[in-house]
Amino acid sequence: MPYSDKVIDHFTNPRNVGSMDKNSSRVGTGIVGAPECGDVLKLQIEVDDDGTIVDAKFKTFGCGSAIAASSLATEWLQGRNVEQAAELKNTAIARELSLPPVKIHCSVLAEDAVKAAIADWKQKNDHE
Amino acid sequence: MPVKTPIYLDNNATTPVDRRVLEDMLPYLTEHFGNAASRNHSFGWKAEEAVAIARDQVAALIGAEGKDIVWTSGATESDNLAIKGVAEMYAEKGDHIITCTTEHKAVIDTCKYLETQGRKVTWLDPDKYGRISPSQVEAAITERTILITIMTANNEIGTIHPIAEIGRVAKSRGVIFHTDATQAAGKIPIDVQEMGVDLLSFSGHKIYGPKGVGALYVRRRGPRVRLACQMHGGGHERSMRSGTLNVPGIVGFGAAAELCRLEMAEESKRLTGLRDRLQREIERRLEHTSLNGHPTERLPNTLNMSFAYVEGEALMMKMRDIAVSSGSACTSASLEPSFVLRAIGVRDVLAHSSIRFSLGRFTTADEIDYAAEQVARAVSELRELSPLYEMEQEGIELGKTASQDGAGAAISLTVVNDDNDAPCCGPGCCGKPLETETSRNESG
Repeated sequence: MPYSDKVIDHFTNPRNVGSMDKNSSRVGTGIVGAPECGDVLKLQIEVDDDGTIVDAKFKTFGCGSAIAASSLATEWLQGRNVEQAAELKNTAIARELSLPPVKIHCSVLAEDAVKAAIADWKQKNDHE
Repeated sequence: MPVKTPIYLDNNATTPVDRRVLEDMLPYLTEHFGNAASRNHSFGWKAEEAVAIARDQVAALIGAEGKDIVWTSGATESDNLAIKGVAEMYAEKGDHIITCTTEHKAVIDTCKYLETQGRKVTWLDPDKYGRISPSQVEAAITERTILITIMTANNEIGTIHPIAEIGRVAKSRGVIFHTDATQAAGKIPIDVQEMGVDLLSFSGHKIYGPKGVGALYVRRRGPRVRLACQMHGGGHERSMRSGTLNVPGIVGFGAAAELCRLEMAEESKRLTGLRDRLQREIERRLEHTSLNGHPTERLPNTLNMSFAYVEGEALMMKMRDIAVSSGSACTSASLEPSFVLRAIGVRDVLAHSSIRFSLGRFTTADEIDYAAEQVARAVSELRELSPLYEMEQEGIELGKTASQDGAGAAISLTVVNDDNDAPCCGPGCCGKPLETETSRNESG
């Protein structure tokens, strides 16, 4: 399957790989996907007191497109406000990476991971 | 010695044409272009003579006679002709076919088609190594059984079925026995007499011959097997398969079969050595690997391994200068992980993590060493990226439920996919709407 240059770039040089302290109140963790389906995305955000995402990290079990989508998502999250970040749409990721239809679910998982991470952070910090 | 990349380790998919084979073929594309069915001039005679030689060469590879060979366009056609041909020809005798769940799609889909036409098919489940036992076959035979079709060796995992024993069962119960030997022919000794095989499919391009040419062995005596033709026309090939013969292809198939027969004993030893070396070198460098398929009853060139915590397509992408195959769903059109691995009880997560290495005539020891290094590097890099590997390292057990006792924590994952337009992972996987949820049960 031919991959777009951007997928290859993110796959070959993934940005923001790593893990944060999931017990920190500043950190929100989202884990989505299922091993049996061949995709598990873990995405974490670190949020400062102003609600700005100061750092984002990921680890992904999945195909090249899933890894690229996660990498791209963490790049986009940096410096954004949590509320803005929650509006990230999978279609934007799919477009940016030129994902073929069969790989759209990779971008869906990335969006879900972002939302899950934000929800986790909100829960820890008593936001609604 | 530096190796030339990319390295081809996908010889179960197809093989290059051996130069010696090509040499034999070339004159039949230009100079000797005649139609083998032209009975009244030298162009036709020349072509027919070449086809006759190739018939003997191909037959010799499987212990048959030239007259037993029916030329086809490839093993898929051979399988179709054998199975549909028997079902139609012996319809009055019965309507029951026995096969197994790990056959090639050419057999599976043909049998499924026949099910839609009112035939009954028994789908045998192999053991954890991918083998069907003769007793399973025997137990499935009924008075209505007209055909047993079990492949000689599996294309994905290389497991070799006990064909001679199954052949004896078939013979003792008077049932016609077909085997798809596409992967086995040319790699392991086959003798249709000793093995009691009545119909056998194989093709040129898996044995260093050209694509687009295959053969079906059809037993002529003890018993004489008859087939309803599936390609109507000029009555070629004992009226079982009409169509002008692909003379250059047939000449190439014949030459390729001859080379395989002559070199098999030595080549099989060489390939087994290289294959085991690849496994050893990978296992020396990596933990959490497993072999899929039979440890010993396996094609000499095939190694199918799972690399836990990494996904197969990503792994192939990471080692781009090595050409292999994966059982990962992401590499299949259906978005389902390998049905063969599933059938032998490999969990889906490990099916997604599987890679098939299939070595060939032109594989060298240097290539194997290089490949082992690349595999280890790629797997290690992807494990650094893998949340599953991280959990393993932290002693977190990944399960479907959060209620697990004992040390460590259990993490339960559920997938969210609220975008109904986008497939999650295909049918049978996460078809239901899912919820993002991470529940932890930490106990120290």
